[in-house]
Parts: sequence; C-alpha cells; structure tokens
Amino acid sequence: MQVSYKQPDEQGYYGEFGGAYIPEMLYRNVEELRENYLEIIADPAFQKEYQLLLTDYAGRATPLYYAARLSEKYGTNVYLKREDLCHTGAHKVNNTIGQILVAERLGKKRIIAETGAGQHGVATATVCALKGLECIVYMGEKDIERQAPNVARMKMLGATVIPAKSGSKTLKDATNEAIRDWINNPNDTFYIIGSVVGPHPYPDMVARFQSVISKEIRAQLAEKIGTELPHAVIACVGGGSNAAGTFYHFLDEPSVGIYAVEAAGCGIDTHMSAAATQLGKPGILHGSKSFLMQTADGQVEEPYSISAGLDYPGIGPMHANLFVTGRGTFLNATDQEALDAAFELAKLEGIIPALESAHALAALNKVSFAKDDHIVVCLSGRGDKDMETYMKAMGTKV
Amino acid sequence: MSRLKDVFAKKGKNVLNVYCTAGFPQVNSTLPVMQALQDSGADIIELGMPYSDPLADGEVIQNSSTIALQGGMTLSLLFEQLKPMRNQIHIPVVLMGYMNPVLQYGFEKFCADAAAAGVDGLILPDLPPFEFETTYKAIVDRYGLSFIFLVTPETSETRVRKLDALSSGFLYAVSSSSTTGNEKDFAAVEQYLERLQHYGLNNPVLVGFGIKDQDTFSRACKYANGAIIGSAYIKALDGQTDLAATTRHFIKNVLG
Ligand SMILES: Cc1ncc(COP(=O)(O)O)c(C=O)c1O
Repeated sequence: MQVSYKQPDEQGYYGEFGGAYIPEMLYRNVEELRENYLEIIADPAFQKEYQLLLTDYAGRATPLYYAARLSEKYGTNVYLKREDLCHTGAHKVNNTIGQILVAERLGKKRIIAETGAGQHGVATATVCALKGLECIVYMGEKDIERQAPNVARMKMLGATVIPAKSGSKTLKDATNEAIRDWINNPNDTFYIIGSVVGPHPYPDMVARFQSVISKEIRAQLAEKIGTELPHAVIACVGGGSNAAGTFYHFLDEPSVGIYAVEAAGCGIDTHMSAAATQLGKPGILHGSKSFLMQTADGQVEEPYSISAGLDYPGIGPMHANLFVTGRGTFLNATDQEALDAAFELAKLEGIIPALESAHALAALNKVSFAKDDHIVVCLSGRGDKDMETYMKAMGTKV
Repeated sequence: MSRLKDVFAKKGKNVLNVYCTAGFPQVNSTLPVMQALQDSGADIIELGMPYSDPLADGEVIQNSSTIALQGGMTLSLLFEQLKPMRNQIHIPVVLMGYMNPVLQYGFEKFCADAAAAGVDGLILPDLPPFEFETTYKAIVDRYGLSFIFLVTPETSETRVRKLDALSSGFLYAVSSSSTTGNEKDFAAVEQYLERLQHYGLNNPVLVGFGIKDQDTFSRACKYANGAIIGSAYIKALDGQTDLAATTRHFIKNVLG
C-alpha cells in the first residue's frame, strides 16, 4: 500500500520500484545504514550540527527569487529556487553534508563516492576536507577528460580521483567501481551516493537531505504570496536528487503540479538521449528497481546528454513511481532547448545556470501556465562548470 | 537423485566447480569450453551469463563478459547453444548472472528454458532473500531448479542459517568480502570456513573467490566440500586458441 509518494515502505519500495537488489557482500554495510539512518537523522545533536552547517557553511537558506522578466516573457509568475548559490555551486552539498555526518556517527574513516560531471565529487571532497576524512572519488575515464576543472577542484580539496576504466567509462561505470570498492572494504568505508538512486535506504536518505529545498520554498512562498503552495514545481532529473528535494513537501499536496524534466539529448528518437522514463523499461541497476534504458536482452544502454549530470541511464525509484502513477508529469528537453533556455536566463535575469538546470527552465516553453499561477523552478546549479560548452555554442574559440 | 546431490553424495570432499563465461573467448565456445572442463575433471560447471554491469565480479570476469556481449551473446542465443548440452555434458551445470537480463527475458520463461536445457541450478547474486522468498522461489521450485545463495565472513550466524535454509544444491561461501579475483589472506578465510563448519548446515559448502591453484584449492577444501575457481581460469583462457589443452593444463595444475 502506498502511504505517501515521498517515502518508501519498510522494504524500500515506492509502489513497485526501489528495494535493495544487492549481492550478499554489500548486505552488512547497507543493513547497518538501514538500521541506523532514521535514528541518526532524528537525533537532536545531529540536526543541530546539520542545520548549522547548512546555514553557515553551505549558505542556506538559498533565496527564492521572483524572476520578473522571465515571468513577463512566459505570462505567469516564475520563481527560481537558487540552489546555484550553495557552496560548491549546486544542490549536491545538501546531501553530502548530511551523509558525512551519518558516516561520522557510524564511525567510518574512509569515504568513497562516484561522480559524473564532478559536482557530486567536489561536494563530497569538500565535506571530507571539512571533517578530515580520506576521500576517494570514482570517475569515468571519459568524464575525467571532459571535466578537467572539477577534477582539479577535487584534487585541491585533497581527494584521490580514480578513473573508472570499465564498460563505457562514464557515470554508471564510476558507480560500479565505487560499489566494488565498498565490497572490498566492508568495515571502515562509507559510500556517499550522489543522487536518489542505489539500494534502499539511499534513495530515501538522499531525498530527506534534499527535502530542505521544498521546506524552504514553502516558508518563502508563505512570506511572499501568503500561501505555501505554488501551482507547480519544476526540476530536472538525472538520478533525481534536486527534483526529489524540490518536490518532496509538495508530493502529498494534490493541488501542486509536479513537473520533472529529463534530458532528451539530440532527441528522443535519435539513440542519443537520456530520457529514462521515455526510453526505458522497468529494470534493476545499482541496487534498485526503476526505469532503465536497456537493450531487449537486458544490457544497460549508454545514455547521452550534453549535460554530464543528466547522462545516466536510470532514474531514482521515487520518480519511477511518480511516473507510472501519473502524480508527476515527465517532460524532456533537448540539448538545443537547454542551451536556448540557458542563454535566455543569462540575458533576461543575469544568471548563468548549469546545463542540467537549463533543462528545467526549458519546460517553461512546454507547459502553459495561467497569468496568476505561481511556478517554482529549481535552479539546481550554476553554469561556471559549463562555460566551455556555452563558449562553443557562442562560436567562441576555447 | 539430482545431479548436484549426486556429486556431493559420491564425492563429499574436493569438489571442483569451475566458472566460465558463456560466449567467451568466442561466442561459439560455450559448449567446447564446458566439454573441456568436464574432460579435465571439473565436477560442476558454473556458467556465467554475461551482463554489462556485473557488480559482484572483478575486472577479469567483466572483461570476459564484455567480449562475450560484443560477440553477440544473449540469453536467447545461450539457450539455443545449450539445447544439445545434455547429449555431451553429464556433470551439474549452474547458471550465474544478474537479475536485469533475467527479468527482461521473463523470470518464468528463463527458468523454463534453463530447466529444459538441463540446467541444475541458479546463482543470481543481486536477488536478495526477501524478493526471492516473496516473489521468485515458487517459480524456481516449480521448474525443479536449485537456488544457491552467497554468504560472506560478515554474514551473521542467523543470516547464514536463513540463507542455507533458502538454498539448495550448495551454499556459496565467498572467501572474503571482495569481488572476484583478489588475492586473499588465507588465515582469516580459514577461520571463517571453520566457523561455517561448526554450524552444521543443510547444504554442502563451496568456497569461491580467490582460488587459483593447487595450494589455494587444497586449503579451501580442508574446511569445505570444495571450491569454485573463476577469474584464474578466465585469465588462463584469454588469448588461447587451443581451449581443450589450456583447460587440461589449468585443471591439472589445480588438482595436482
Ligand atoms: C547542477 C546539477 N543539477 C542536477 C544534477 C543532476 O542530478 P540530480 O538529478 O540527482 O539532481 C547535477 C548532477 O551532477 C548537477 O550538477
């Protein structure tokens, strides 16, 4: 029985999606986390430290900005949740701060993580530096080449970056390598997953840490417009952590429209895409059942998106459930639509968004909202890391 | 009596189970490799179904899977290849692989086709006991297949007993909490295997992971009913053309 869209059942299922499809070698570590995470997070001492770090270190609460010129253009009221103003430049740090505190309370000394674009790797390296813990980040060999500045940031923060050379040498393979590392180091190591994916309890834990986004939106809307509930919230979905955080406190409010935007890459029909709900089927990857892009034979397919953060063949199980139940509307934006949205935001509002977040902005062209509606778009990150792509788009020599 | 039960009844000790990847080193070498293993003295064959993202395996086995997939191996092709298997292979055969390809194939159809080909059991490391018990066990039982769970040094006694109760054929003791192919500190492994011995389990125990030669095989066999060799054999096959001779030589080295 589905009690709530935002939390899984005892076994980690959101409807038919989720669970913990892990080999026995991971069981004890995952079970240790499952048995303890709720209690650890609920502990007042934990909450005190977590809130303090979110405020003084990450720079929360992030503003809810009324984008006047964007609103005028789309004939509605558009608010931007400014996760791009978080320390390290994206929402990822909300999660890594939470997980490093959990790791510390479980007595773990060695932290591992996977990263695609490098944003989660940087956010993990950051909190490891903060806590003086060893940090190992797995990153696909291809992504290491594409994301040199973030590799340098991780190294400067003291992390060891290990290239994932297996398979397609991108995010999914980095995740495989991180999981293998965890299997080989069953005692002292904590795996900080970067999105609402992985075996239960990871999707729930990460969603809880990111839920600060929608908690703040409610309070900020109440102050600005006298009601906590917008007409719709919009977020991009790679694994789905910024979306989970943006949707969380609205999922059980039926009046609020939920819009998730996946990366269509070159287009849904081009075999160069990452829109997992459109192109995938139910399947199992990285320990949970969800929508997965795969061949007829059940081999995982390589996704494509201009945005490395959305270049993942699956989505978190919470989103798979929102998709099949119809609670969420799943849209997608192509590389070009995302680029156009990024340039539009830069020109109209003086904000350069991350390419991932630009996919969420592109949804404003795809859904028409009424003049009096209040729409919140999650601006999950800033565009510094994407300048090379933007320069190419402008025809500027890099 | 089932083929697996038979092996352990006839030969309670030193049972040698060898892993090979279907479609490796060539897409058509599945049966020839199995034949070579049987001829060389293997007691059980663990036949790997290649998957793009084999989490519980190390680099060597993943690479062999990649080569097999590039060669065009699929589950449908595998069952096609296995149709004449029981005309030539009389030792037990256990399929090892990951849930996603099996789910896409259709779990029930998979069990039906495996049983029809004469497969004896299944190892699906990423199918946990909860989902097995609630959803899949009835299907596996209906087709008379054994199902084999893994245990590790970190698995508690209560959980070992539960996994033993859910398993049939044998129990797969991972010799250290590690992906296949890593070097092991055998002393710690021996302690763990001794602990398993004292539980008085229903199933025979085979030790897997890290077994590569006569020394590691005989040490593992001291505390268990036998052992499983994986990565070391795949490594030996790599780049070889005379599969029969390579296999004979490899197994001879293990059995002494
Ligand atoms: C700015 C930004 N937004 C979104 C994502 C996608 O992740 P998720 O879907 O988990 O929010 C990333 C991942 O790197 C990111 O850096």
